[in-house]
Amino acid sequence: MIVAGVDVGSTATKAVLLDENRRIVGRGLSPTGANVVRAAERVFREALGEARLEEWDVAFTVGTGYGRYRVPFGDAQVTEISCHARGASFLFPETRTILDIGGQDTKAIRVGPGGDVLEFHMNDKCAAGTGRFLEAAAGVLGVPLADLGEVAARSKHALRITNVCTVFVESEIVSHLARGRSAEDILAGVHASIAGRSIALLRRVGIEPAVTFTGGVSRNAGMVRAVEERLGTALRICPDSPFTGALGAALFALEKAEAGAPRKSPAPSKQGAP
Amino acid sequence: MSAPYRFQNAGRDLQKSLLSEWYRGLSAANGEGVPVAYLFISGNVAELLRAFGFRLGYPEVNALQCGIKKAAGPLILRAEEEGYSSDVCGYVKNDLGLLASGGRAPFGDLPRPDLLVCTYSGCTTYVKWFEALAERTGARLVFLDVPYLRDRDALASDRAYVVRQLEELIGICEEVTGRRFEEAKLREICALSRRAEESWTRILESAKRRPSPFDAYFEAVFFMAPLYVLRGTEACARYYESALAEIEERIEHGLGPVPEERFRVVLEGPPPWPHFRAFWELFKRWGVVSVASTYSKVGGLFDQGVRHDPERPLESIAEHAIHCYTNWNLGLRRDLIGRYLREYDADALVFHSVKSCRSFSVGQADTREAFSRERGVPTLFLESDLADPRYFSEAQMRNRIDAFFEALEHRRLAPRAEARP
Repeated sequence: MIVAGVDVGSTATKAVLLDENRRIVGRGLSPTGANVVRAAERVFREALGEARLEEWDVAFTVGTGYGRYRVPFGDAQVTEISCHARGASFLFPETRTILDIGGQDTKAIRVGPGGDVLEFHMNDKCAAGTGRFLEAAAGVLGVPLADLGEVAARSKHALRITNVCTVFVESEIVSHLARGRSAEDILAGVHASIAGRSIALLRRVGIEPAVTFTGGVSRNAGMVRAVEERLGTALRICPDSPFTGALGAALFALEKAEAGAPRKSPAPSKQGAP
Repeated sequence: MSAPYRFQNAGRDLQKSLLSEWYRGLSAANGEGVPVAYLFISGNVAELLRAFGFRLGYPEVNALQCGIKKAAGPLILRAEEEGYSSDVCGYVKNDLGLLASGGRAPFGDLPRPDLLVCTYSGCTTYVKWFEALAERTGARLVFLDVPYLRDRDALASDRAYVVRQLEELIGICEEVTGRRFEEAKLREICALSRRAEESWTRILESAKRRPSPFDAYFEAVFFMAPLYVLRGTEACARYYESALAEIEERIEHGLGPVPEERFRVVLEGPPPWPHFRAFWELFKRWGVVSVASTYSKVGGLFDQGVRHDPERPLESIAEHAIHCYTNWNLGLRRDLIGRYLREYDADALVFHSVKSCRSFSVGQADTREAFSRERGVPTLFLESDLADPRYFSEAQMRNRIDAFFEALEHRRLAPRAEARP
């Protein structure tokens, strides 16, 4: 049996296909863009392509993320908070605290031994300390997103970035550049600022090891380092960390399919198949 | 539905007609030459003013009604044009924006007040609100200084201090209305208040049943309106008797606020009026019933034994003013919430923290920690505003509410995860 989890985030959409042995057989990742439905379909097809499967092979699909109700082939919806908890505990069973830094959302989640959510906190109505904050900084400095961590690592004297606003941070960076500060030192300051805010959020739920880092920003080695330095402990990450929400959704899908939950989406037709 | 329900919706219909009648009376007051007084819900001294024949207006209720009727946005912007910052309380800006726009509210025209009685001094913003009203209307302004409740029982000296101010207020009312104070009349009014308070308490306590016949937050905000604006009248006392009949009938027929009660919560904080229905729906989807709330106690902690008393009218008015929820210190509030969780057999504690109201939001994060960390009570923290529609994001709200009840449901189905020891 094959099940799917589709995580429609504010910035990126992710899909994961699982088989009945809870093995990941396919993945998809794409920017969400303006069309949520198309993004969901795109990542789903990408995952099917990797697994060499067709739509009708999928027994159950769970949607998660802000666009979870817009996944046309979703049979059920679960919030990304529950999905990140489930996914992180699956990847690292010792997980008790989760830090998820996504495009516009940062979450701190405290979980029980089985991945059940005990408490959570999120940033509110402000993208400070999220992936967008990094993107804004990268944009001003002309550094590709993928290189952010590496550039920051070369810093000798990290600057203190005082602004917490994703919009105003740009003018602060420009003023640092005008004073001849290097991109390395500015970026190191940006990472430190986000790490500080993330830890404040984690403290609100209580930091208990092991701490697992999920979401797109977990791919940024500079961010991982900045959080680890302040936390004084290693973060659990792996190549599948950005897919944690979709993986959790797929695990819920498997649970629901095994329990015989009714499917809500119309039965997939063969028309769309190549 | 063919069941012979005699009282269902009777309370709601009667409440609507009572409130419309009250607004009509207020709008006509200046023309009829009847004196008008404005006061706050918290700590209000309606009984005393009623004894002088004042018609009573409540700026907070104006703001609330504009919010629920989706008229708040432009009024708040109007006040911001005058220089009020985006951080100033949405209630204040809503009401002052309404006044600046000519006082024509969706529910009627606001009358010019003859007397302004600022009955809640726990919030400095409220003091400034009434000062602004005095400046704009030219009405006489009186402040009641109600001491913050530091201990569970109000000190005799605190009560005497408020009574002394009430005696001064009597003199001012005599001057403004040209009428003499009649103690017998005040006793009569206090007896009517007491009747309503008794029935209201029984309605609140009905939520101890399982399933609860009544939502002590989402429904209470409607049920409590007559108590706040018409307390001390025969119509108000009768309203609560008929509302109680409705609740008793619900119990008899097994009716409740949701088709199937799945979660019982205690709610802390005021509702987001401009998005009230949407907010309620987010809870209803999960079969959530609020079995107790703190917001329904802002106008008086009647369920904690506070009563107007015809035998000692001024003392009981002073006690009522001291015992409004936001006038209690944080420790007392926390103990009260703890009692509600226990006595009403609740599964969780939900905070709705509003940007506008410091009287509520100060200390909420600590209160939350006290329950979630020290007592292992599942808590949910939501943030928006009570008056300003700009601070409500439905997608974020839904996410938090869904995630919270998903987790509660999951823990119920598979009780393997224990709260941290």
